[in-house]
Order: sequence, then C-alpha cells, then structure tokens
Amino acid sequence: MTTVEHAENQVADGAAAPKLVTADGVPLKSSLKRAERRKKLAAFFLVTPLLLFIIVTFILPIASMLWRSVDNPALVTYLPNTVEAIETWDGDGLPDEAVYAAMVDDLIVGGENRTIGQVAVRLNYEMSGARSLFSGSARRADELEPPYKEALIDLNPNWGEISTWRIIEREASPITASYYLAAVDMGYGEDGSVQFQDENRRIYLPLFGRTLVLSISITLTTLALGFPIAYLLATLPMRYSNLLMIFVLLPFWTSLLVRTSAWIVLLQQQGVINEILVSLGLLSDDNRVQMVYNATGTVIAMTHILLPFMVLPLYSVMKTIPPSYMRAACSLGAHPFLAYWRVYVPQTVPGIAAGAILVFIISIGYYITPALVGGQSGQLISNLIAHHMQSSLNWGLAAALGSILLAGVLILYWLFNRLVGVEKLKFG
Amino acid sequence: MALPSYTSPIERVWHYSYLVICGLVFFFLMMPIIVIIPLSFNAEPYFTYTREMLTLNPEGYSLRWYQDFFGSERWMSSIRNSLIIGVASTFIATTLGTIAALGLSRSHMPYRGLLMGVLISPMIVPLIISAAGMFFFYSSVGLAQSFLGVILAHAALGTPFVVITVTATLSGFDQSLIRASASLGANQTTTFFKIILPLITPGVISGALFAFITSFDEIVVVLFVAGVEQRTIPREMWSGIRESISPTILAVATLLVLISVLLLTTLELLRRRNERIRGIRPT
Repeated sequence: MTTVEHAENQVADGAAAPKLVTADGVPLKSSLKRAERRKKLAAFFLVTPLLLFIIVTFILPIASMLWRSVDNPALVTYLPNTVEAIETWDGDGLPDEAVYAAMVDDLIVGGENRTIGQVAVRLNYEMSGARSLFSGSARRADELEPPYKEALIDLNPNWGEISTWRIIEREASPITASYYLAAVDMGYGEDGSVQFQDENRRIYLPLFGRTLVLSISITLTTLALGFPIAYLLATLPMRYSNLLMIFVLLPFWTSLLVRTSAWIVLLQQQGVINEILVSLGLLSDDNRVQMVYNATGTVIAMTHILLPFMVLPLYSVMKTIPPSYMRAACSLGAHPFLAYWRVYVPQTVPGIAAGAILVFIISIGYYITPALVGGQSGQLISNLIAHHMQSSLNWGLAAALGSILLAGVLILYWLFNRLVGVEKLKFG
Repeated sequence: MALPSYTSPIERVWHYSYLVICGLVFFFLMMPIIVIIPLSFNAEPYFTYTREMLTLNPEGYSLRWYQDFFGSERWMSSIRNSLIIGVASTFIATTLGTIAALGLSRSHMPYRGLLMGVLISPMIVPLIISAAGMFFFYSSVGLAQSFLGVILAHAALGTPFVVITVTATLSGFDQSLIRASASLGANQTTTFFKIILPLITPGVISGALFAFITSFDEIVVVLFVAGVEQRTIPREMWSGIRESISPTILAVATLLVLISVLLLTTLELLRRRNERIRGIRPT
C-alpha cells in the first residue's frame, strides 16, 4: 500500500485523525518498534559469541558436574538382567531364583568383559565388602549350576543377606541420591530408611562446619585489619594515599603461590619468625612454635591473600563519605569516638557488607592455600573435593560436595548482588 | 593528617597509636613479599637468613638458585607453556569479551542483568568446582591434557575481567560520538576502528592484562585439566613447594614479584590515561 492510497483510505474513513506514517507508509509506531527490535537483536548479536563460548567451555562443564552428582550408570549398564528381574521383588525375604539366575548371567558377562569391576566399585561406596563379593563371584560364576540361589549363597554368604539385595535394588535406578546423602553424612539404615551416620563417623558435616568457622574468622580478621587502613587511605590527601595504596595493590597482584610460599618461609619451624624469636631469646631452640601446616597457617596466609578484597570495597565507600558530617557531629557536642561510631561507621556499612561477603565467598571455596599451608586441621571442603577427584576417585561424591558448595556460593553471590551490585566491583 | 592544636592528650595518644596500627597492617601486607627476595640470593639451601647474610658477608649471597632456574629445562619449558597458554587465552578472552561488552553497554540490550550474570559466572564459581566440572566435561570430549583444553578453560576464566573492565570504560563513553560519526558518513566498521576502539583501548588493555595474569597465575584448573605436556610455572611451583623444597622457588617467586610490579605500573599508567581521556569530556 503506498502512502497515497493509505492517506486516501483514511480520508474515506472520514472522521478518524490521520495516522502518523513513515515515508514508506508504515505506521510510525510499528516502524519504531521494528527499529527497536532490530537494535535489540544487534546488541544481542554482539553478545552471542561470548555467550556461546561461556556456555560450551564453562556452563556445560558445571552442568556435567551437577549431572555426575546424581548419575548412576553402573548397575543399569552392567547388571541389566538383575536390574530388570529385581523389579518384581517385594523386599520381604530373599529374592526368588529368577533374580539369582539373572545375577549369575550378569556376573558371567561382566566377568568376561571385565566390566563387573565398575559395579563392584560403585557398590563398595554403599557397603564395604562389595568389591570382593562381586569380583570374587564373577571369577567363578561360569562354574555355577542351578539352582543359582543356593549356588551363589554357597559361594559367598553375603548373597544370602537381604541387606545386599536391598542395596542392589536401591541403586538399580539410573539416578541416585546416595552421593548427596553421603556428602551430608547420611546413609541408608538396615531397614532402608535415611538416617545420619554415627556421631564419630561423620566426616563431611564437621568439615563444612570447619570451612564456615575458618571462613568467618578470615572474614573478621580481614575486616579488623582492613578497616583502619581503608579509613587512612580514604582520609589522607591523594598523593600520600596513592603511595600507600601500592602496599595494598602489590600484594594483590603478586602470584598466589609466591605469597603462599612466602608464608611457609616465614612461619615454618626453621623459618624466619621462629629464628628471630629464638635469637631474641623469647623462645628456646627446642620449643619452636608450629604456625604453619595447621589451621593457624590457613587463617594467617588467607587473611593476607584476601585482605585487599576487603580494603578495596571499603576504601571506595569511605571515599564517598563527606568528612563534614563528622565535623558537624563534633560541633554539636559529640565526643569524637561517639561521632565516629554513630555517624561515620554506619555510613561504611555498604562497604563492610561488600568486603565481608566478597572475602567470605572467596574463602569458602579456596583450595590452593589450605592445601599448601593447612596441614590436617587447616583443610577446607574444597580440599576434600580435590581428594575425591584425584585420589579416592569417588567422582560422584566429589560432584555432590561440589554442588552443595556451589549452591552456597550462588546464594551468597545473589545476596551480594542484591546488596552491593556486581557492577561496582573494581580491580585496582 | 596533622592534628589541630586543640586536641586533647588522649586524642593525641589515640591518633598516634592508630597510625602505628596502620603501619603494622601495611607491614603485614608487604613483609612476606619483601622477605623472600633477599632469601632467593641465599648461598645455602635454607629458607632462613644465615649469619653470613645478616652480616652482609658477600660469601652468604649467591646467584645459584637463579642459575638453577635458568639452567633447568623443566622450568624453561614451564615458562614456554605458561606464555603459550597465557597469550592464546588472553587473545580469545579479549576479543570475545570486548565484543560482548560493546553489546552489553548498548541501551537496547535485552536481559542485561541475566546475561551479565552468566558471562561473569566463571569469576564467581570457586575454582575447585570449575576445575572439577571442566575435568569431567573436557575428558568426555577429548580436550583434557591438551593445550587447547587449558587455553579454552583459561579464556573462560579470563573473560569476566575483560567484560567488566571494558563495560566500565564504555560507561564513560559518549554515545553521541557514534551518531556524529554516522552522520558524517562512516559505516559501522569504520566507526568501530576509528572512534570506539581508540577511546576504549585503555580498558581493553587492562582487561587483557587481567586475563593474562589470571591465566599466568592459575593453578587449580591446570592441576585438573592439564597433562604433563602443559606444565606451567604455577604447576612447577606447586610441586616445588609440595615435594622438593628447593630455594629455586624463591628465585622464581622473586621474578614473579618483579612481573607484578611491572603489571601494576602498566595498570596505573593506563588508569591515568583513561582518566585523562575522560577528562576531555566534562561529565
């Protein structure tokens, strides 16, 4: 429709006011909308490459970790007959002959293909002795004669335990919650109900607790040390504060491993601080203080590493507080300390919140420094994740612990974003 | 911070003790870095100052740990690997991050908050979790124990810094310059290279420096994703601290401190340049 036709139509319509149209006859409103949409698309188009890159190199890996924490392929893949047969079992008394026969079939196939080991490893997380039960039985499965029920129980009395079959039945599903249960020190009891481990066998809850306690101590020490110097930096004239800022920024930019090894050099028993104390006569030579390879080492080294993360947000908030408020309070008769506490400190709360959450988020997920200077008592939850990833190879449990930690960090980060706003973050 | 003449003695005492406290905190921040530098010239294989060193006897000092470092094929190849991985991942991170920041700072950008959250997530998620996820995923697609795998992983970790610094630079960017350029007949590409890029260069360079140092100092992902072929400097230092405690790591540490001094100086110069450029336009 040309503009002329359009205008004629409107004239024919009579009373209606002429609509605003562009030169090519499109109503102005929809034309604007289209331009808007095009600009939105153009903006989005610029972000797309990075978005795809992050999804492939980062989001998918995280998703694969979350999936690992519930993924349970071993039994479904390598005991297919048993998994199918056990569905008919009512859970009372031992399963019938068909289930045993299916198990023998699976054991023979699994023994030949050497896949039974994966089942054995997987079930060993749930019951000790599963490894020898499965690999032992698989070795001799092809010698067995029916009735398989008696034959298997003869081979290993564990096959006659209802609890063995309950575990197999429970883990026969392709998705499991047992890694998460293990990650919070819970497990299935004799009767299949979910319950806590015995007090003395709990590992992960105490470790989560210790991670929290150490992170809180680190946050508090960084606040205690960071607040005075941030105030000094914010109140000094620019040319002095820029100079002093180097003392904060240089450590910030120095390699993490450099700083961690520096603390080992300083704190170890033959290290610089102990040597000084001994030569000053404050300590006897055989009475050196153990300051590293324990929780003390973790707190000291991590306080040092995270202090700039506290100082920088505090500084940027304090910089915006007008000094005249304090002077006004004093001129109204407030004691300087009272003025400071009632007038100045409340205005720094956004900075305290930003710094504290930042330091806390970073420290609960910290790995390298605790691994190097933490010893036994200074380990955090991330060190255990690494242990399960690299040494014990219980990847499902590592993934479950990681997912819990991730959830905690994301909640804190959401809080940080609500309170502070991530766009306020600056580096240097 | 000179005190006015009417301050009471208590306030004076408090003021000076406050300054002492601040001095102690600055000492705490700098001391570990300062202490290891002389120790890297120790003639003895100890991590503490010897009597000769304290009496400034030249016998106590030597360059043996530096010789050890520069003469070792292991350390030299770790430098090569660190540089290859660092430069390649910085290139990817800077290119993708700058383009994305341009989109993010347009006023028409839909879902900005959500996208920003996703794009900077590599900075928020604890490294141990990123590394574990990357280990699972990269092994399943055959990227584990390869240079490409480590480079991609480091690029992902570096992009948030580029996005944040370039977005910050663009927030001070006068959008009407783009319209002016268009009204004078420049197409979008010309506008980008002649107008936008020169003005945001300080932001891009500091973003690139952040990305580079992130990769250069990164160890957790390297421990999980890299193989023997991709041993980087932090990886060597890690095993140096854990297994064979040799003062060579102090020589390396001293060199790394030197690098961070250079980095800090560059960033400061960039910041000043950026302020100067912004100063042209009163805001």
